[in-house]
Amino acid sequence: MYKLFATITKDIRILTRDKVGLTLMFVMPIILAIIIASIQNSTFKLVNENKIALLLCNRDTGSISKQFATSLDKAGIFQIKQVDAAETDEQIKSRMHAKDAFVAIIIPKDFSEKISANAKGIAEKALNKLGVQQQDTQKLIQVKINPITLYYHPVLQESFRRSIDGAIQGALQLIQSKQILKTVYASLNEKELPDSLENEIAANTAPINEIPVSRDGSRNVPNATQHNIPAWTIFAMFFIVISLGSSIVREKTSGSFIRLKTLPTSYLVALVSKQLTYLAVTILQAAVIFALGVWLFPVMGLPRLNIPSDILSLFLVTLICGWCAVSYAICIGVFAQTQEQSNGFGAVSIVLLAAIGGVLVPSFVMPASFQTVMQFSPLHWCLELYYGLFLEGGKLSDIWMNIIPLLAIIILIHLLIVVGLKKKNLI
Amino acid sequence: MKTNAVTIQNLGYAYPKQINPSLSDVNLEITAGQRFGLFGPNGAGKTTLMNCLTGLLTYKQGKIFLLGKEVSRNDRSVRELFGFVPQDFSFYPELTPKENMEFFGAWYGLHKYDVKKRTTELLEVLGLSDVCDKQVREFSGGMKRRVNLAIAVMHEPQLLFLDEPTVGVDVQSRIAIIHYLKSLNKKGTTLVYTSHQLNEAEDLCEVIAMIDEGKIVAHDNLKNLLAHHKEEGLEGLFLNLTGKAFRD
Repeated sequence: MYKLFATITKDIRILTRDKVGLTLMFVMPIILAIIIASIQNSTFKLVNENKIALLLCNRDTGSISKQFATSLDKAGIFQIKQVDAAETDEQIKSRMHAKDAFVAIIIPKDFSEKISANAKGIAEKALNKLGVQQQDTQKLIQVKINPITLYYHPVLQESFRRSIDGAIQGALQLIQSKQILKTVYASLNEKELPDSLENEIAANTAPINEIPVSRDGSRNVPNATQHNIPAWTIFAMFFIVISLGSSIVREKTSGSFIRLKTLPTSYLVALVSKQLTYLAVTILQAAVIFALGVWLFPVMGLPRLNIPSDILSLFLVTLICGWCAVSYAICIGVFAQTQEQSNGFGAVSIVLLAAIGGVLVPSFVMPASFQTVMQFSPLHWCLELYYGLFLEGGKLSDIWMNIIPLLAIIILIHLLIVVGLKKKNLI
Repeated sequence: MKTNAVTIQNLGYAYPKQINPSLSDVNLEITAGQRFGLFGPNGAGKTTLMNCLTGLLTYKQGKIFLLGKEVSRNDRSVRELFGFVPQDFSFYPELTPKENMEFFGAWYGLHKYDVKKRTTELLEVLGLSDVCDKQVREFSGGMKRRVNLAIAVMHEPQLLFLDEPTVGVDVQSRIAIIHYLKSLNKKGTTLVYTSHQLNEAEDLCEVIAMIDEGKIVAHDNLKNLLAHHKEEGLEGLFLNLTGKAFRD
């Protein structure tokens, strides 16, 4: 036991004197977590709170196009900038290149007239079917509406563009429906649809009650912090490969290793010491990042991190994730011949494992083939465990099934370590 | 009758993918309590032999016995018998000499109390007490050599292997190291020493062996060898036995 104690003491001393290593292990992940959470939070705000600048060029003079513009405004996601109807498409495009707006809509000249005619055609068809009106259906002509032109800046991502498209389609459908309703009402009652009734019908949409599904019954709405802190904590834990992997390689290639090999103590003691020392580091990393999420993020205007109610499970999950990260780093350190190999392969492999594990891109948007590959990434199982606690409000009984594959990966990594040590005559 | 500290029987060693072996049929006996010097030009096989003796290289041909115990890779008990001062600085430069000695002392299997006692003793004897709380990376070459030696003798070994223990140090440090080695030998420690510092070796060693191209070409009491080859000093004897041609 004294050997292990002395080795842990040695490792802690070396670790605390390595300022660059400490910076890599603590400061970098903190900066990363803050930056990513801030970016994602502002994206979240952009979609949900901030308004998207939209150039509206209305070349139509009718009332329906004005109603359409009002509907767009009421959608609540656009900051509409009206441009002169005489502006050409090229001028509008130039404005967009100058980042005046990311989206532009051009309403064609006879928009109101065509919408009205189209609505009339549909209304008459409907009245015919109801037997209220008798007209030759062959004579009813469906009026073709000239399309609204939507210009968008190429920097807009597809998912974002689709949400804009959805909002425009919604506004368009609303005015078309109103127009049909007005026509039908006028035909039946031989008078205009009263504004009060029009507004009542328009506003009478079925409500949607959005509730996050959580196991503990809490209704905390997940936010950028709640998604990002667990993900980037795992990333930070696994990035210990840079420090620990190169520490092992440095020891292996240094004079001290020559002496260690001639001493009556197994090198396994050194590896157990490194496991325990760096496991403590990963737990400390998680504690620091979680604490920042709870106390610093709100001060910075970011959403506060809600710590899961089951603290014991959180500790256990952090312990297992940390153990996996440390084991992986030791495995890289044992097999790498140089610090360059350890750092290069270690860093790239962690980014790849994070990518396929769902840390960088949500796993549900990945193609089917990747859904299988991700099972082999330890970061995927770590993320599942943390999300089970942080987002779903689960307890140990809810997440234990995800611990098993992670433990299996840890065992596999340890087997590789033993093979590597045996191959190098170190045990 | 004196026992052997080191017995080497028909030792052969070839590095992977090497055509000519680095050691070929080496037979050698070093009596317990001797101050033994192993000399040879670069590439002659000195370091390979030293690495086989200390277990750093696993040999497949021949046998080595240290104080009667056969050296084998899996038997750690034989490693308790000897100390090793490698040519490279073999410690953690981020630690102080005291911290290095405490760590390596534990790895030698010493108890905590003995580690503390030996650390204090050795720091004093080797003139490192005043700097015992400074990181070794800040030390001069001579101080680092003394730390290298101090760690190797933490467990008071009966047998001490020294691979160029004074290379790159000033006269003061060299004298201190040689003086300390002689005092260890007086207490019964067998010294097995290699170096290119032949004047120093002449002062330290009683018995020497010359190795060249992986074979022992001479082995006897230094005085006998000098008389036999009609040489006045070790340098002349060295050139007489190994020639003047470059070896590297």
